[in-house]
Amino acid sequence: MKSPVFRSYAIIYLIFLYAPIVLLPIFAFNDSKVIAFPLQGFTTAWFVEMWEDETLWNAVQNSLIISVSVAVISTLLGLFAARSTTRFQFPAKAGIMGLIMLPMVLPEMILAMALLVVLLAIGINLSLVTIILGHVLVCTPFAVAILSSAFQSLDKSLEEAAYDLGETPISTFWLIVLPLVMPGIISSLLICFTISLDEFIISYFLGGTDTVLSVYIYGQFRFPAKVPAIMALGTILVLLSITLLATAEYFRRRGIAKAGGKDSGGFL
Amino acid sequence: MTKDAMIEFRDVHKYYGDYHALRGITGTIRPGEFFSLLGPSGCGKTTLLRTIAGFEDISSGAVLVDGRDMAGVPANKRPTNMVFQSYAIFPHLSVEENVGFGLRRDSRSKEEKARAVGEALEMVGLKGYGKRAAHALSGGQRQRVALARALILKPKVLLLDEPLSALDKKMREQMQVELIRLQRQVGITFILVTHDQEEALVMSDRIAVMFEGEIAQLADPETLYRRPNSRKVADFIGTMNFLPAKVLSEGGDAVEIDAAGFGRIHIEAQQVMGGATAEGATVGFRPETLTILYEGSAATDRESMATIEEVVYFGDMTYYDVRIDGTESPVRISMRNVFGRPVLDRGARARVGWSPGALVLFR
Repeated sequence: MKSPVFRSYAIIYLIFLYAPIVLLPIFAFNDSKVIAFPLQGFTTAWFVEMWEDETLWNAVQNSLIISVSVAVISTLLGLFAARSTTRFQFPAKAGIMGLIMLPMVLPEMILAMALLVVLLAIGINLSLVTIILGHVLVCTPFAVAILSSAFQSLDKSLEEAAYDLGETPISTFWLIVLPLVMPGIISSLLICFTISLDEFIISYFLGGTDTVLSVYIYGQFRFPAKVPAIMALGTILVLLSITLLATAEYFRRRGIAKAGGKDSGGFL
Repeated sequence: MTKDAMIEFRDVHKYYGDYHALRGITGTIRPGEFFSLLGPSGCGKTTLLRTIAGFEDISSGAVLVDGRDMAGVPANKRPTNMVFQSYAIFPHLSVEENVGFGLRRDSRSKEEKARAVGEALEMVGLKGYGKRAAHALSGGQRQRVALARALILKPKVLLLDEPLSALDKKMREQMQVELIRLQRQVGITFILVTHDQEEALVMSDRIAVMFEGEIAQLADPETLYRRPNSRKVADFIGTMNFLPAKVLSEGGDAVEIDAAGFGRIHIEAQQVMGGATAEGATVGFRPETLTILYEGSAATDRESMATIEEVVYFGDMTYYDVRIDGTESPVRISMRNVFGRPVLDRGARARVGWSPGALVLFR
């Protein structure tokens, strides 16, 4: 593996992957409307312009409503699915779980098209609610994956022990199960929130007149003068995403360590 | 009968789908007894233990705890507590929160509960460990926390599901002694599930040996060892030699048999196990009931000539595999090594002393 070919391949790969992202903050602080080198000097004007854009704030608000709802709904659904799949045996379990996980690998475009056709056919108006529906479909598999790993590392005899010591099934869940899978729940909330925030295709197809952040950004690229402000927004979003994902992974690992299990590869 | 029973099984059956896990278990466990359920994995011993705790429903029959039928009584309402194989220490709680967990629903004051926790920790030798985080404990310490947590509720019966199997040999032997001491101290009925026959012999007042969902023999350790009621039990508990034999005549208290290598001998009726099928019997005897007679040593009841085929030297003991004249397969003799007495060589001829009273006849 010490071969210079492999080494330069790895370096080129990483540059290709991350250089565009590194360019975001560079041009966000560049004092020019044109996105090109050489750089023209330092400015924070683009951040100010972005900050004063009202349609942007409207999009941010819509996105937050959607992402928070999606995170909560998907995590709740994931909780039910993970609990049942790790504790109980039922007919066609593998098949059912497979179908639940499928949207993870299904092209989102297909999902978005199919949902759009169905929603129009039954006459439901496109709104934030329809976007939430679509996002829940995409995010739930991620919630199930994270929470299953949390539930799997939970020793069944912990619940039996609490039961044996006089607790009811409900108080056992509250006192033992929930605290031990809590890191998984937090991690699931954060991941679902991030996925929903970033999502474009479903938001574009099912959004109707309501604009969310990702669709707003895409729209702004039609106006070259707006691009530097988008760069500023992008810089903030990159920082936000990294923070959220790092927090989610921290909680997932802590959960496994707490339940006394070994990290079995993990989700991220 | 019920009065003397802390636990009573009445024809307990358990099915998992088509699998018949418990096949008509009947028996009683006495108050204050250290009782073991012993058997190979899959024999139903853990399932039986879990029917007492209330973690498994039974398909038919009845389980009584202190004279009360446990049908429909959930695990959290039973007067039993369990020490789990994995210990099941709550990892997010401290040692004292673990030990005091069962007192949550107790009406006692905070101070009284704290004192009870302190006493329980002291009883298991973990005084001063209360504030520690549970996940930072060693295997032996977890074991003790699990014991304290189960005993603090003063159950009528303490159930132990292979509690020592995760410990290393030295720790295991130490905990065996401590468990016996603890049981004598608290006087609670202990029921231990184990697949380790030595552990069961060391610790128990009585043992139920289980095979394939049935109790093969229920007896005290000495009876199990000296008078196993079947070849299977004899094989499972310690080492037993077997030689073919024939029953020649039986009348009253005495049975005359012809055993390979031993010739015609009389044994007592209580040494005969199993039903009355005339032909094809087997005599069984433990390795230490045979002696190699060195020159000048006094003769025992009977003796035979034998050839030494294998010598296994263990320091304090030597195992000899010898073939007694007139037999097909070798038998094992264990001899305590005594200073000044030589260990015999392979191929040597030796006199082997034995005693008819130590034989068991299986048929």
